[in-house]
Amino acid sequence: MALTGVLRPGHVVIRVLEMGPALKHYTQVLGLTEVARDGKGRVFLKAWDEHDHHSVVLREADEAGMDYMGWKVDSPATLKKLAADIEKSKLCTDLQWIPAGEHPETGERFRFTIPTGHLMELYAEKKVVGNNCGNDGPDINPDPWPEGLKGCAPSRFDHCLLYGDDFDGTLKLFTEVLGFGIAEQVMAGPDKKLMIGAFLSCSNKAHDVAFIRQPVKGKFHHASFALGSWEQVLRAADILSRTRTSIDIGPTRHGITRGETVYFFDPSGNRNEVFAGGYIYYPDKPRITWYDETLGPGIFYHDRKLNERFLSVFT
Amino acid sequence: MVAQFEIAIQNTGESFCCREDEHVLGAMERALCKGIPVGCRNGGCGACKVQVTQGRYVKRKMNRAVLSLEEEARGVALACKIYPQSDMKVKAIGAMAEAMVARKTSFVSGSTTAAQISRPDKEA
Repeated sequence: MALTGVLRPGHVVIRVLEMGPALKHYTQVLGLTEVARDGKGRVFLKAWDEHDHHSVVLREADEAGMDYMGWKVDSPATLKKLAADIEKSKLCTDLQWIPAGEHPETGERFRFTIPTGHLMELYAEKKVVGNNCGNDGPDINPDPWPEGLKGCAPSRFDHCLLYGDDFDGTLKLFTEVLGFGIAEQVMAGPDKKLMIGAFLSCSNKAHDVAFIRQPVKGKFHHASFALGSWEQVLRAADILSRTRTSIDIGPTRHGITRGETVYFFDPSGNRNEVFAGGYIYYPDKPRITWYDETLGPGIFYHDRKLNERFLSVFT
Repeated sequence: MVAQFEIAIQNTGESFCCREDEHVLGAMERALCKGIPVGCRNGGCGACKVQVTQGRYVKRKMNRAVLSLEEEARGVALACKIYPQSDMKVKAIGAMAEAMVARKTSFVSGSTTAAQISRPDKEA
């Protein structure tokens, strides 16, 4: 196996103010499928082309934002090794093992707080429930997509963009301990030596997570979901307008990652994105650099400037 | 027939109509158009914080991280999560106050005055 270690962002737990409107948004407008609920009132959802049991968890709370993001690793042995590596690095706090079954159909998880204040988890096992495309059994003679999709209908949960203060510590953790590469960076300061944005990949995707240096702890900018084409992004924006969903910006394109995008808000003010495109990342791909004065076209390639909300609105 | 109420913004002297089934920020965006400091419109980001000084309203749940219990108890609210039950007077505070004042200043110097666009006909 060539792609090893941390495989992908496997779940994100989003705090919502009221479960009813949130669930309607995530199932009918975004178009995820509900797969389970638990005794704590959490609702577990997945996108149609994800094979694992769940990828998005909604938890009703008094504060909006992200509880934590979970990363699937390639094996239980890798989980143990990376947990030991994280402990040895001394970069993280609140290290703890969450027992198997605390998330339904999920093995034990190793949880830690990273220097920017976000909670992260690693896990190796989650029940494979499939994508419901097989005609003669799971993944046997499959159709390209299943019937009955609703809303924007992204194929997967793709990445998060997060804001935090100890950017350097988090960058060190992800690159030196967890094995991520830096696909793109945003550099600032008089000599352009201060990195203020990093788009990190553990796979062939242009990013699996991104961080922006901001004087806050543990803040959530958006969770993003993958679509297959620019036309699907346009169709998603049509759905968002039709359903009177609060649109932030788009459809447009990001200079960074080249993704085609629309940003919008869930009913608790958490930002969502659906996006398409980008490029294939390899560990030996030359890193792309943006300077702070070109962050405008970097973030919104057509407007060539940030909207006022990009830096100030987060949960 | 859905009831409509008049909402006055004390910082700028502008007012606009708001249906009882729409949130104050939505009506403000529709009536006053430009320069309204809109964030998430869903009670999460705190960009549209106002002090209600007069009038009754229904509120929906707001992000406790941007609106404390103490603030909420003394009538501070996010305009995107309050629905009028009478005519209201509100005072924009924080980021919203600065933006509203800046907006008013820019309109006075432009060809369209704030007064012209801030008074939609109130339906009977």
